[in-house]
Amino acid sequence: MTTDAHATRRRTVLSAGVALAVFEQGAPDAPTVLLVHGYPDTHRVWDDVAADLAADHHVVRYDVRGAGESGVPARREEYRLELLAADLLAVADAVSPDRAVHVVAHDWGSLQSWEAVTEPGAERRIASYTTMSGPCLDHMGFWIRHRLRRPTPRHLRQLLVQGAHSWYITAFHLPFLAPATWRFGLARAWPRVLRDLEAVTPRPGHPQSTLRQDAVRGIELYRANMRPRLRHPRERPTEVPVQVVTLTRDRYVSGFLSEGLERWVPRLTRRELNATHWSALLEKGALVAGMVREYTGRIEAGGAGEPPGSDGPLVVVTGGGSGIGRATALAFAEQGSRVVVCDLDLDAAQRTAELASLLGPVATAYQVDVSDGPAMDAFALTVAAAHGVPDVLVNNAGIGHSGTFLQITEKEWQRVLDVNLWGVIHGCRAFGTLMAERGEGGHIVNLASAAAYLPSKILAAYATSKAAVLMLSDCLRAELAPAGIGVSAICPGIVNTNITRTSTFSGLSAAEQSAKQARASKLYARRGFPPEKVAAEIVRAVRTRKAVVPVTFEAKAARLLGRISPGLLRLAARLDLG
Amino acid sequence: MPTFPFSTQDLERFREVQQLAYRCAEQVAAWIEPGVTERQATAKLRRCLVAEGVQDFFHIPFAWFGDRTAFRHFHTPLQFFAGGRVLREGMPYVLDCAPVVDGYTADIGYGGKVGDNPVWDRLALDLRTYRELIVREVRARKPLNEVYAAVDAQIAAHGYDNRHQVYPGRVIGHQVTRTVSRGPAGVNVLGFGVRTLQTLGRELISERLHGRSPLWADGRSSRHAPTPGLWAVEPHIGFRDVGIKFEELLVVTEDDAYWLDDDLPHVRRWTMEAAA
Repeated sequence: MTTDAHATRRRTVLSAGVALAVFEQGAPDAPTVLLVHGYPDTHRVWDDVAADLAADHHVVRYDVRGAGESGVPARREEYRLELLAADLLAVADAVSPDRAVHVVAHDWGSLQSWEAVTEPGAERRIASYTTMSGPCLDHMGFWIRHRLRRPTPRHLRQLLVQGAHSWYITAFHLPFLAPATWRFGLARAWPRVLRDLEAVTPRPGHPQSTLRQDAVRGIELYRANMRPRLRHPRERPTEVPVQVVTLTRDRYVSGFLSEGLERWVPRLTRRELNATHWSALLEKGALVAGMVREYTGRIEAGGAGEPPGSDGPLVVVTGGGSGIGRATALAFAEQGSRVVVCDLDLDAAQRTAELASLLGPVATAYQVDVSDGPAMDAFALTVAAAHGVPDVLVNNAGIGHSGTFLQITEKEWQRVLDVNLWGVIHGCRAFGTLMAERGEGGHIVNLASAAAYLPSKILAAYATSKAAVLMLSDCLRAELAPAGIGVSAICPGIVNTNITRTSTFSGLSAAEQSAKQARASKLYARRGFPPEKVAAEIVRAVRTRKAVVPVTFEAKAARLLGRISPGLLRLAARLDLG
Repeated sequence: MPTFPFSTQDLERFREVQQLAYRCAEQVAAWIEPGVTERQATAKLRRCLVAEGVQDFFHIPFAWFGDRTAFRHFHTPLQFFAGGRVLREGMPYVLDCAPVVDGYTADIGYGGKVGDNPVWDRLALDLRTYRELIVREVRARKPLNEVYAAVDAQIAAHGYDNRHQVYPGRVIGHQVTRTVSRGPAGVNVLGFGVRTLQTLGRELISERLHGRSPLWADGRSSRHAPTPGLWAVEPHIGFRDVGIKFEELLVVTEDDAYWLDDDLPHVRRWTMEAAA
């Protein structure tokens, strides 16, 4: 049978006395994806996602009871989650009787799909579950209990934040007020609400013409289920593989609601999408469809949901062959990240990759000169093709150079700026573009230096290059913030790495240079601050999205001193420390 | 420059004691299993050695399990002594003993693991580089502190940590002579045999008068060409929570250097792996 992939076929499924309007697209012999909408939407909210997925999936949507073209139950009890879950399974049985379906759900659709997914034996009918912005109410009940029993500051903050975001749920329980609000104004204002608060471009056909009655009837969903479930949560584990897509700008459901979900869902995959509650579906449908496609593809291929060796976030480290770069690559590998290192010295980079593979997933090494723009662009494309778009980029590659301004030749200036500044620029441009295009956020770490704010006459070129990196990071952070990409600048200070052994010195003979290198190495070794501690700070900076991180004591002290008395630092800059 | 003090017969006796020590370490390694504590392991090692006819110890036997093989969180020398750490599946361990028979001393280090530990496998493989590097550098008669620095550079290139710097005096090795002192055998002070301390003390003073040191470290006192004689060399490398070492006798003559014996467990393991 040939089917037009984009034609929508409508049918009706009867479940517990309610006629559900079901809409199908795509080839029926392809894997079935069942899309469940939330409140106050109808199946139309999935238009973009469905159109995209229909190319290689059997896409099924339905209007949940009380919404759109489906039948309307008479009593509040008929909106209970048990019945909503039964609806979902009835649709699944009707459209795909012999094969388990992949459920994708949003908002209230997600709550009712959780109910179905956590039914004992659900794994026989549901092959996978992708959930956005809707926790399981039972899990949620335990989540609240756990936090009330252990009221740490963090737990209390989470309760308060989520409580503040859930104000409308309380409002929905008040008699008359919520229905009246929808009837007299909110329904008409809804396109504006979506545009102004949710960053959704208005378009014809959205929201659906039945919005007013859908919204008023849907209030019963809250009234019928919220209180009993949260008060008396049941233990609801599931064997179904679940992909949680956290929307980072969601106003209603906070990301931390899924904390500890592993307790109930052993086969859990976490993804992030830089979107608001509704813009995920109405603006970034293609991205959501991509995530669903990737996940169902893995499940259909017999995977456990977690692709082998590619579970953790992808981290790219430049200059990863030694020192802070190597330590950073290893620290990320230890956390389960997939690591890609590049270095001018391929052997050293390969060695790092080998060690990283011992600690975590398989790591890869490339030979790249960061100061070569086209080479960095090519490297970024190679990484994207072979491993995907990185979640974290660490622009670490850098060289040391000592000399006063009048000693430093033009060539030396160029070399220092090429590696230390242009290397970072090329890295940010090549990978930042990929990250922004992907739309799932990410993080860029740039290695500046304490010399970025600690002037010294003998570090004219080096300090200038690092100060530029610090400022570049500040500007870039502002630019990439809306895309959900964080930027951190790390200012290590005196760290015992091989940078002293490769540093160059202006105006000295080869023998004098090596004597200076030995002296500097000795000083740095005596300070004895290991690169592993810097790596730990970098990992923490990515987690906490910290903007500027001075690492060693001297880096912190200089930063503080520069604020209290910049004049003192300017005086100290005159000291001849070489 | 002193002349090489040992005859062929002497070297043969040293070789026998070193073989004996490694044999006992292998016996303990075959016996060791999860649940054993460090103290139990050293006691077993001591019993094996005494049963083989050992009368005195250069230092008492040591055993380190888990992250203690890499001397993590070592703040005082007392932490070198065997403790109550229990061996678990996947843990690395290091046995270190120094038996004395008729004044002939051996000082050996034996690294092992129970179960599966890929980090240990990699370290054990890379240890070979250090054995070849050290003998090559000593043969070139480089000053001992420069050899130490070359080992450090290799450790940095490998991405490991230098763990022998945790030993007292940061030593990578020390000279071994035939002890002839008359102190009580089998008595130790802080883990070192009384006779050892007597001999070592005498050596420290007499060598210092010649601008040399019987201890091999990275400081100024090791800035001299390798002294002819026998050196117990113990490169100890670590990565994360895994440490490994070997320790064996290096023969340094006036114009050459070679490992006293190649028929040792770690060398046999490399040969087997190279063949496979």
